[in-house]
Amino acid sequence: MKNNKTNIWLPVVFLPVWYLIYHFLQPVTNWLIDSVLGMTKGAHLTEAVRFFVFEFPKVMMLLTLIIFFVGIIRTYFTPERTRKALEGKKTFTGNVMASALGIITPFCSCSAIPLFLGFVESGVPLGVTFSFLIASPMINEVAVILLYGLFGWKVATIYVVTGLVIAIIAGWVIGLLKLEKWVEPWVYETHLGNNGEEDEKIAFGTRISLGYDAIKEIVGKVWIYVALGIAVGAGAHGYVPEDFMAALMGKSAWYSVPLSILIGIPLYSNAAGIVPIVSVLIEKGASLGTSLAFMMSVIGLSLPEMVILRKVLKLPLIFTFIGVVGIGIMIVGYLFNMIF
Amino acid sequence: MEIKILGTGCSKCKTLEEITRKVVKDNGIDANITKIEDIVEIMKFNIMTTPALVVNEKVVSKGRIPSANEILQFLTR
Repeated sequence: MKNNKTNIWLPVVFLPVWYLIYHFLQPVTNWLIDSVLGMTKGAHLTEAVRFFVFEFPKVMMLLTLIIFFVGIIRTYFTPERTRKALEGKKTFTGNVMASALGIITPFCSCSAIPLFLGFVESGVPLGVTFSFLIASPMINEVAVILLYGLFGWKVATIYVVTGLVIAIIAGWVIGLLKLEKWVEPWVYETHLGNNGEEDEKIAFGTRISLGYDAIKEIVGKVWIYVALGIAVGAGAHGYVPEDFMAALMGKSAWYSVPLSILIGIPLYSNAAGIVPIVSVLIEKGASLGTSLAFMMSVIGLSLPEMVILRKVLKLPLIFTFIGVVGIGIMIVGYLFNMIF
Repeated sequence: MEIKILGTGCSKCKTLEEITRKVVKDNGIDANITKIEDIVEIMKFNIMTTPALVVNEKVVSKGRIPSANEILQFLTR
């Protein structure tokens, strides 16, 4: 590749520029709105515009930066290596490893079937495979960055830790239940060839261009959801009454947690769209636990993924999967409603 | 030359097929391109991420869409 040199130096030049813009975003936003546009401070419209003009570039900048680095790091964690690490692992240790690797191993739902087959057939236990399948979509970098951007690092950390715990425990429970009989029989009859074993050798310059590819692919896809979500957030900022959601999703309503989870299953959205919405819900009186449960259910239990997995899993196993993960999310929801 | 594109039908798999066909055509490479969508057939190549590009029964790339330049290198190596 001829552009490898520039590839490596470009980030070094851009990083300080990025930092300067990020650092001065708030004063520049305020200056734009208060002085240049001369909008009345404190008015609903002004605050809504301020919210959008500040939050949207901020979140987009965070996304771009972190997805770039995650894109590079991910080139070192191929599913093949993850599988090798998980082969023949005892349950629980295996579940912990699979959940952690699930965060960082690149995986898209269209690869769910080959990944499932590849894992199960090379001897990764079923429960351990599930830990991976639960952690991977639920704890993804977009969700974590948005949570950090809109709620701060505490909520982001809580989300990652509870998501990990759910993936570990749910996978472990599924392993204990010995549900191999509910895997479609052809799965165990398929034989892996010996073709794809060797790792591709990738030069460092190529890894960096893969980082750019990740930005193009992910940011190019999610920016519109981020914009919509933050626009809804900005709109609701001044106009929707403060405790609008309190009756339905507040702490006092005991049914709010399971209800949010049920609503979340058929709703399919990527993290980019759901986090800004959740931030509105919380602002308007929904409790943190209920909102987290809602978000986990929307991202972690998605109907399209179930439909894909139906090819390799019989229905009882899919329902068990939804049930175990759903109960995990419910416990998290109630727990956080109690603590906060 | 036998070129196979492995993918269950996601949009990335289609993109890979298009690029590969274009590279083959633009460079006048004598190649037979087949798209494999059957998961059992795909698993015989022991890959876990799609799309994958197979040249003469050897997996040369998987889980990403290589650039036209890279594909040309795979085909002329």
